[in-house]
Amino acid sequence: MTPPIVPHLLLAVALFTVGMAGALSRRNAILILVGIELMLNAANLSFVTFWRFGPKPDPQTGLMFALFSIAVAAAEAAVGLALVISLFRHRRTTSIDAAGTMKG
Amino acid sequence: MSPMIYFLSGVTLASAVAAMTLRNPVHCALALVVTFTGLAGIYLGLGAQFLGLAQVVVYVGAVAILLLFVLLVTRSGEAGDGDRERDRVAERSWWGWLIALLVGAVLAVGAWSAGQLPQRAAPPELPGVRDIGEALMTDFAMPLQVVGLLLTAAMIGGAIIALREDRMRVAAEREGRR
Amino acid sequence: MFQAIDQIFVNLLRGFLGHLPEPIRPWAGLVISLGAILGTFGLLFGLTTVCERKAIARMQNRLGPNRVGPYGFLQFIADGIKSLTKEDIVPRSADKVVHFIAPLALLVPVVLTYLVLPFGRNMVVLDLDAGLLFYFAAGASTELAVFMAGWSSRNKYSLLGAMRAIAQMLSYELPFILSTIGVVMVTGSLSTVRIVEAQGPGDGWLAHWNVFTPWGFAAFFLFLIAAFAEANRSPFDLPEGESEIVAGYFLEYSGFKFALFFMAEYLGMFSSSALAVTLFLGGWTAPVSFLGFVPSWLWFFLKLGVLMALFIWVRGTTPRLRMDQLMDFAWKFMLPLALFLIPVVVLWDRVGRGWVGWVLCGPIVAAAYVWLGRALVGRRRIQLRTYRYASG
Repeated sequence: MTPPIVPHLLLAVALFTVGMAGALSRRNAILILVGIELMLNAANLSFVTFWRFGPKPDPQTGLMFALFSIAVAAAEAAVGLALVISLFRHRRTTSIDAAGTMKG
Repeated sequence: MSPMIYFLSGVTLASAVAAMTLRNPVHCALALVVTFTGLAGIYLGLGAQFLGLAQVVVYVGAVAILLLFVLLVTRSGEAGDGDRERDRVAERSWWGWLIALLVGAVLAVGAWSAGQLPQRAAPPELPGVRDIGEALMTDFAMPLQVVGLLLTAAMIGGAIIALREDRMRVAAEREGRR
Repeated sequence: MFQAIDQIFVNLLRGFLGHLPEPIRPWAGLVISLGAILGTFGLLFGLTTVCERKAIARMQNRLGPNRVGPYGFLQFIADGIKSLTKEDIVPRSADKVVHFIAPLALLVPVVLTYLVLPFGRNMVVLDLDAGLLFYFAAGASTELAVFMAGWSSRNKYSLLGAMRAIAQMLSYELPFILSTIGVVMVTGSLSTVRIVEAQGPGDGWLAHWNVFTPWGFAAFFLFLIAAFAEANRSPFDLPEGESEIVAGYFLEYSGFKFALFFMAEYLGMFSSSALAVTLFLGGWTAPVSFLGFVPSWLWFFLKLGVLMALFIWVRGTTPRLRMDQLMDFAWKFMLPLALFLIPVVVLWDRVGRGWVGWVLCGPIVAAAYVWLGRALVGRRRIQLRTYRYASG
C-alpha cells in the first residue's frame, strides 16, 4: 500500500508533463498559454498535497501558497492573452511563428 | 473515498491530454475546463474546501472564459485554421513531447520517493473559511497586498497592451485622411 | 403545533431516511432533496411562465393565454407537451458534441446552486462553511454553457448572441458578487444559514434584515439589477434580442433542448432571487416577531413570489438597453458604487445600528449614488434626436 501522498504527486507530475509537452509543441500562442496554465495547476496540486500529507504540522502555509498562486495565474492569463490579441492585431494570426521576426 | 479520487484523477489527466492534443483550439479550451473542474474536485477531496471553490470561480469563471473570448476574437475556432495548426504540429512536435517526458520522468522519481517521507498520522485540523480569512489578514497580510498590487498592474497592463495598437491605428487613419 | 407545521418537511425526510440502511442515508437524502427541489421549482417554473404571460398581456392591453384549464393556468402543460413532441433539429454544420452538451452544461450548475439555499428553518441541503462561494462557483459555469451553445451552432446570430451574453454576464458578475460582500462582512460568515440566522428578530420585535440598512438598501438594488442582467432578462436581454439577432445563442435549438434552455433561464432567475431573499430580505425569518407562527418556508416562498412579480413587472415595462449603455452602467456606475459600499459597511459596523448609523451612513450612500449617477448621465443633455437616414 503506497501512502496517499504518492498518487496525488504522480498526478501532479503527469499534469506538469502534459502541460510542458503542449507548451513546447503547439504553435498557437493561446494553446501555449493553456499549457502554462496546466503546469501552474500541477504545481498548485503538489502544494495542496504537501499541505495535507506533509510531515510538518504547519496549519495553512501550503494552502495560502496555492491561493496566491491562483491569483498570480489569473494575472498571467490576463496579460498573456492581451499579448496574444496584440500579436493578432499585427499579424492577423495567433501562431507564434509569426512573432519570430523583429520587423514590425 | 479512494476510488473517487482515482476516477477524478483519470478524468483530469485525460482531459489535460485532450486539451494539449485536440486539433480545434476551442475544443482544447473546453477540455481544459474539465481539467480545472476535476482539480477542484481533488482539492475538495483533500479537505481544501475554500481553495477548491476558489479554483472553480477563478479558473472556470474567469480564465477559461477569457481564453474562449480571445479564441473567438482571433477566430482560432473556425474550420480551416485547425488544419493549418495540425500541419504545424506534425513537423517537430515530438521534440516537445520527448523533452517533457524526460522532465516528467525525473519529477516522477522525486514524487515516488516522497512516499518515504514521514507521513502525517492524523489528518490536520481542516481550516474553515474564518481561519483562512484571519490568516490572510494577519500572517499573510503583506503577500495579500502584493498580490493586490500585481493584479492591478496586470489589469492596467493588459488593457494598455490590448488597446494601444487600435488607438494608434485610429490616430494614423485620422492623420492620413487629413 | 406551529413548530410541527414549520418542520413538517424536515421531519418527513428524516422519518423516511430512518427506514433506509445506514450507509446510503446521506446519498438518499441528497437525491430526495434534489428531487423535491426540482419538483417544487419545476412547478413554480410552469406557473411563473403563465403568470408572466398573463401579466405582460395585461400591461400590453391583451388577454394572454386563457384557453387551457381555468383562466388558462394549465397552459404550461400544453406548452411542455408541445416542446417534448417537437422534432429535435441539429444543424448539419454544427459541432454535434458541444451542441448536445451545452443545454446540460447550463442546467446542471443552475441546479447545483439550489444546494446551498436555505428554504426554511433547517431546510438546506448542504450547509457548507463556504456556501456563498459555492453558489458563485456554480453560477460562474453558466457563461461557459452559453458560449458552447452559441459557438457550436455555427450561426452568425448565435455567435453574436453568445459574445454579447458573455460580455454582459462577465461585466455584471462583478457587482453581483461585490454587492454581497457587505453582508458577509457584517455576518462574519460565508454560510448562507448563518447569514439568515443573523437577520432574525433576536430579542427585539423587529427583524434585522440587511435591506433595512443604508448600505444594504443600495446593495440590494445593485444585486437585483445584476441578477436581471445575469438572467438575460429585459431590460438586459440583448443576448437574445428577438428583433436584432432572432434568439441569440439558443437560436439553433429546438424541441426539448430549447425547453431545457428556457427552464435553465427561469431556474437561474429563481435561484438568484432566492439568494437575494437570503442575503437581504432575511431568508425565512418573519419581519416582526409576532408573525413568527407562520411557517418559515411560507415566508421564504412569499418573498420569492414578491421578487418574481418584480421581475415580471420590470420585464413588461422597460425598453432594451443599448450595448454601450449596458457596459457603461455596469462599469461606471454599479461597480464603483458596490466598491464604495464596502467602507460604508465598516463605518456602519463601527458606529453600530440605530439612528447614529443612519445619520452617518445614509447621506454618504445617497451622495455616492447622486454623484455616480451624474457622472454617468449628467454630461449628456436631453435633446431632440436627429436621424441620419430616416428624416421626416
